Amino acid sequence: MKRLEKLVSIKDLPEAPVSNVPSLNQKTGTWRVFRPIVDKEKCIKCSICWRCCPDISIEIDNEGFPIINYDYCKGCGICAHECPKTAISMDREGK
Amino acid sequence: MKRAGIPTEEFIYSGHTACPGCGALLVARYLLKVLGKNTIMNIPACCFAAIPGTFPDTCLGIPLLYNAFETTAATASGVEAALKIKGKKEKINVVGFAGDGGTADIGIQALSGAIERGHEIIYVCYDNEAYMNTGMQTSSLTPKGATTTTNPLGKKGGWRTRNKKNMMDIVAAHDIPYAATVNPSYPMDFVKKIEKAKNTKGTSYIHAYSVCPTGWRYQPELGLELGRLATETGLFPLYEFENGRYIINYKKKTKEVLEYYKLQGRFRHLSEDFIKEVQEYIDKEWQKLLVKEECSNR
Amino acid sequence: MVKKIMTGNIAAAWGARLSRAEVIAAYPITPQTIIVEKLAQFVSDGELKAEYLHVESEHSAMAACIAASQTGARTFTATSSQGLVLMHELLHWASGARAPIVMANVNRALAPPWSVWVEHTDMMSQRDTGWIQFYAESNQEVLDTTIMCYKLCEDKDIQLPAMIGLDAFYLSHTSEIVDIPDQEKVDKFLPKFEPAYPLDVENPLSIGSLSMPHQWYPEFRYKIQEAMERVIPKLNKIEEEFYKEFGRKYTGPLELYNTEDAEVVLIISGAATGTVKETVDILRKKGIKVGVIRLRMFRPFPSDYLVKALSKISFIGVIDRSFSFGHEGAIYSEIKASLYGLNAPLIKNFIVGMGGRDITTDTITKIYENCFSCLKNNKIDIPVEWIDIKV
Repeated sequence: MKRLEKLVSIKDLPEAPVSNVPSLNQKTGTWRVFRPIVDKEKCIKCSICWRCCPDISIEIDNEGFPIINYDYCKGCGICAHECPKTAISMDREGK
Repeated sequence: MKRAGIPTEEFIYSGHTACPGCGALLVARYLLKVLGKNTIMNIPACCFAAIPGTFPDTCLGIPLLYNAFETTAATASGVEAALKIKGKKEKINVVGFAGDGGTADIGIQALSGAIERGHEIIYVCYDNEAYMNTGMQTSSLTPKGATTTTNPLGKKGGWRTRNKKNMMDIVAAHDIPYAATVNPSYPMDFVKKIEKAKNTKGTSYIHAYSVCPTGWRYQPELGLELGRLATETGLFPLYEFENGRYIINYKKKTKEVLEYYKLQGRFRHLSEDFIKEVQEYIDKEWQKLLVKEECSNR
Repeated sequence: MVKKIMTGNIAAAWGARLSRAEVIAAYPITPQTIIVEKLAQFVSDGELKAEYLHVESEHSAMAACIAASQTGARTFTATSSQGLVLMHELLHWASGARAPIVMANVNRALAPPWSVWVEHTDMMSQRDTGWIQFYAESNQEVLDTTIMCYKLCEDKDIQLPAMIGLDAFYLSHTSEIVDIPDQEKVDKFLPKFEPAYPLDVENPLSIGSLSMPHQWYPEFRYKIQEAMERVIPKLNKIEEEFYKEFGRKYTGPLELYNTEDAEVVLIISGAATGTVKETVDILRKKGIKVGVIRLRMFRPFPSDYLVKALSKISFIGVIDRSFSFGHEGAIYSEIKASLYGLNAPLIKNFIVGMGGRDITTDTITKIYENCFSCLKNNKIDIPVEWIDIKV
């Protein structure tokens, strides 16, 4: 089935409500109150932050460091709390 | 490929609408990482009916069939039967993924039927201990002492006075081939158990601890810490029921219920005496579990 | 082609077998049991290659059928009365999901008082679920309609579920001669089921998503109605094709019997039509101009067909074997609405045969007499009259 993008009229719809557009177009980062910041000096590249992110918004770069995708991160703070080296701080947005 | 003990591949897209710090999301994420691409999910009315987004969006990279509240196990049975007759069941995992209300309350009949029929499905109950999607109403898996919107705190008490239904015992009574409790705070244990479920001939039941910062009223960053406390207090023991035998996977019951209760707003009103009562109950249940393990392995 | 003596229940099972239903999920209920027993036997004997699910309720039966259909299997179930109303939630789901499930429903009354005998309230109360509804008159029609329903429901222009009503005991347990079509011919007539949006790991879809008020909900509902509007034209074509293949003629949503020159026409559905036809024959011999219209289909409702058929009729009696409490018979309501604004004849509602009470030629003769008396006075005595109530 073709990706159901740019739905304008009833003629663009399938017969049943079947979805196939990845939710990536929803930028849930706008929900965030606190912003996680990674301190590479402290980071030991254990990837625990990547593992425990419910928003799947932490990627690991080629060197093994976490990169936070602020488009989606909702700022729950689990990564900061779980980091064994307190390498992630949570800063209030817009400060 | 694995990283930090869990598979790297993702089957959930960002942009989903789960609350910040959602436990159910981690349960689904780990589950799908293990089961992989060849998986069909069946989801009833629950938080996860809203989390993927609205038509035509979806956060899932695998096929998902939404179903009516009480039908998860029956729906999964239908998918499995259709795959079987089409000769496709061998390589496709059929998953039912429902909340505690959809499992222990309204969906328990369909679940009982599906296990009894022996469908090769993996039924996962993500237990956030109340009807969270509708705004935190009591379910039969809401723990003793908790307040919810239908057990509201009032002048004469009002909090929940009953203990959680034991779903693991209920499914074990069906002589289910495999059942296990999982907790995202123990990801390697989680992964191992889903792998077992994947390879089980017949029905598997997975009871997943699933934190809910919104409903339990705690700071979302504490999610995984709460999970560890739940297991270390014995409130959520990690164990399996495999071919009639109980296996406890984590035996260090070192913490007190109070430590767990005091972090959550839903328990804030409770007296020390009340929590002591809960402690006694949990201790007794833990002893029972040890006996079950011992007896079933003789 | 083999002719056999069989009950309506067996005919329904043969319909599902010849259509090669692949997933059957069913729960037993009197008087449907023989349908599911027979299907289970077909599966046990290896005569039907299907997954038979012994579900723990009708609710789960329908849930499993919907899911199996969406996965890509042709599905069948059968129920009756309490079982059908237990399914109610999922009947809505099936049409919303556009799952082309075919179901036999043995029309039976609802409790209390307990009654296992014929009445149409079970199906009438599913009016708004988005299912196509047929009411059969004979066992042959039960079998043939089952096969035709798969072709109709699975058509890409339709994609809707259908239920076929067969009256408790009068059809379900009464034996008639039934022609069993050749499997090869049925296979030729009915192509393999290809779901429009299958659950496929290579092309993952999320089926049944949420839709907010400002998004697409009304549009999806509108699409169901658009499909409903295509049902009768499609049915007419399928019946023509069926006639060519199997030599049995069906006449679309209505069956007209001696209506051409009739003064009084009764409208009825289900097996009791036979009794009305017999009464018509008796009265015609006496020179009384009566006729009957059998409503084969209640959803979509064939308004245009009825308006046309009733254009020259002086008096219409509508027989409902069900009742909408607080109002009137459901078929009566629909027919009145269809005739609204037109130069409508006199029309009266008769509530007859509830809970399986026998409808005899005497009952029908009395009804025709009552119609003629109203016609003579040019006035309806009682617009909605319950017949044979012990007063």
